[in-house]
Amino acid sequence: MSEWLYLIPLLPLAGFVINGLLLGRLPKPIVSLVACGSVGLSFVLSVLAFFELKALPESARVMEQVLFAWIPSGSQFNANFGFLLDPLSAVMILVVSGVSFLIHIYSIGYINHDKSFSRFFTYMNLFTFAMLTLVLADNFLLMFVGWEGVGLCSYLLIGFWHERKSASDAGKKAFIVNRIGDFGFLIGMFLLFWNVGSLDFRVVMAQAPEVFAVGGVLITATCLLLFVGAIGKSAQIPLYVWLPDAMEGPTPVSALIHAATMVTAGVYMVARSNVLFMMAPDALMVVAIIGAATAFLAATIGLAQNDIKRVLAYSTVSQLGYMFLACGVAAFTAGIFHLMTHAFFKALLFLGAGSVIHGMSDEQDMRKMGGLRKHMPVTFITMLFATLAICGIPGMSGFFSKDEILWKSFSSGHGHWLFWLVGFVTAGLTAFYMFRLIYMTFYGKGRMDEKTRSHLHESPKTMTVPLVVLGVLSIVGGWVGIPHVFGVTNHFEHWLAPVMAGSQIEASHALAAGGGDTGMELGLMAASVILVLIAILVAFMFYNKKPHLATSLRDKLSGVHHLLLNKYFVDEIYSALIVRPVIYISLFCWKIVDVILIDGSINGVATVYADISQTARASQTGRIRTYATLFLAGVVAIVAWFIWI
Amino acid sequence: MIPISAYLVVAAVLFGIGTVGVLTSRNLIIVFMSVELMLNAGNLVLIAFSRALNVLDGHVFVFLVLTVAAAEAAVGLAMLITLYRNRETVNIDRFDLLKW
Repeated sequence: MSEWLYLIPLLPLAGFVINGLLLGRLPKPIVSLVACGSVGLSFVLSVLAFFELKALPESARVMEQVLFAWIPSGSQFNANFGFLLDPLSAVMILVVSGVSFLIHIYSIGYINHDKSFSRFFTYMNLFTFAMLTLVLADNFLLMFVGWEGVGLCSYLLIGFWHERKSASDAGKKAFIVNRIGDFGFLIGMFLLFWNVGSLDFRVVMAQAPEVFAVGGVLITATCLLLFVGAIGKSAQIPLYVWLPDAMEGPTPVSALIHAATMVTAGVYMVARSNVLFMMAPDALMVVAIIGAATAFLAATIGLAQNDIKRVLAYSTVSQLGYMFLACGVAAFTAGIFHLMTHAFFKALLFLGAGSVIHGMSDEQDMRKMGGLRKHMPVTFITMLFATLAICGIPGMSGFFSKDEILWKSFSSGHGHWLFWLVGFVTAGLTAFYMFRLIYMTFYGKGRMDEKTRSHLHESPKTMTVPLVVLGVLSIVGGWVGIPHVFGVTNHFEHWLAPVMAGSQIEASHALAAGGGDTGMELGLMAASVILVLIAILVAFMFYNKKPHLATSLRDKLSGVHHLLLNKYFVDEIYSALIVRPVIYISLFCWKIVDVILIDGSINGVATVYADISQTARASQTGRIRTYATLFLAGVVAIVAWFIWI
Repeated sequence: MIPISAYLVVAAVLFGIGTVGVLTSRNLIIVFMSVELMLNAGNLVLIAFSRALNVLDGHVFVFLVLTVAAAEAAVGLAMLITLYRNRETVNIDRFDLLKW
């Protein structure tokens, strides 16, 4: 089967080329057919690939296809253009191509009225291609190509409505902030190559234990630098600021960036390099701390936002924090598991929000919504399921993945009860702000104006069908990874075991040491469920039953509310500390160094010579008599010189 | 016998007159004639030394110079006529385009 592995990323690329070259010349149905068809086909191929991989014996579940030697340079450095399918990338391509496909379908309805219909799908296909390349690459360098590809596409798509200044600014911000992270990733790759002499995943992972000392400076630095790349791409503290601004793009783009692609790249990269990270406990600690801090801070910001998409954006940042927390406590499997379930419910939440915005005539402020339950039943039901999933209501997909993370952060050898506590509190906050969103949007009285109210309508079929599919996935998606504690096999963990070999051993050690603490695990699980229920109840009281409670609390804590509403002023701080100094330095370089020093000196020299020439040219009269007189004077002078001196 | 210095003095005077003529006159024809005068001053020096030293080289040189001067006069006069046709003047100060 490995002969057609390359088709999985190539099909979206073909769609990109077709729609891109014939930009605006094809009728809309054909454009959408090409775009969705290519991604759909690559999803079908991904499913086939998954089953072929599954049919192989467990230890041999690796398929590699080297298309060509990309950068051959003798013995020094070789990079292949090759794809690697193993259990981890199989999960990723399923999630990426599947969710992308649904989002593509949804976009047909959402973007239908836009004049840049085919441009949108062109970018979307390129995005999917880049992400599939990223997850299928068999070496760091090719992964970096996909990595930069999604960065570029995020810029193009966030700034899709580039006539709007805020949109083009947001695009630039995403690109520039990502670039900071990419810098770390690049240096990390250089360090790896310097020490290992190769960038091929399997070579690196196999040789790393021989090359690096466990816990040594080199491996720690390498891992931290790689993690800097992940911080940028996956929107962690301190580089998360681009993600909320990315809401300027069309909503399907937000769904694509937040759920299936782009932001998960960092988590995937860390999980892919789990062997390296396992050798650097200090780096793991940093990963866990940053993950936990991000999860908590982003969740608190989410409490006070009024823009429906911004709430979801901070929720994404927070959930990504969970994933990194999982990776940081060496529970890479749990991180990837949460990545998958999150892809389902977050895509659904964004698409649902898009549907709401669509029905509300492009209104995003939740204070002007309310009572949409009756007008948009499908959107309401599906979003409710997604919300239950993200809150971690038992049985939903998010429950299994989130509690897996919480339990691992408590029990793992790299864990700590503080990590658990932060995750636990964050779970409560998550439940609160998500139900705040639900109540403000779908319940209560409608707060929109008459014109919008008369336009309220459920979205067309192309939009609701993906919602329903994702809704089902949000419920059942977690059932593949039901933890051992319920007396069943954790299929997901089992499936990923060959890739996560390093961390698995560690985990089983920890489990042995913990002595099968099932009572504890169930207890913690119950605690978080109770906390979530309380949070939902509070949200219900505040935003549905007794709205004045929320207002009075807000007035009492106006300082805190102000701080949260303004996102801790992080953007302002960055602006004062980094952006403005850079602007001033640039202004100095431009106005002083360039204009005055460089241009001034060059123009000055030119002016001096021009003035001298202006004076000297007067000596050239063009009259023969003048020349002859001077000539004679010269001759006389020379003769006099010879005679008298 | 006339001493050689007398010839040289005459030649120098001739050359001086020619030079002054070239530098001061505005009429191209006079400039031209003055140049001929300077050439002949040179010729006189050559002949004088040729005779004083009793070698024939000077004579040969003078013939050469005379031939060239004749040819030059022909070409120069032709140019002068062409110039006059174009500009309707032979005032040398009016021909001052050769600058910058």
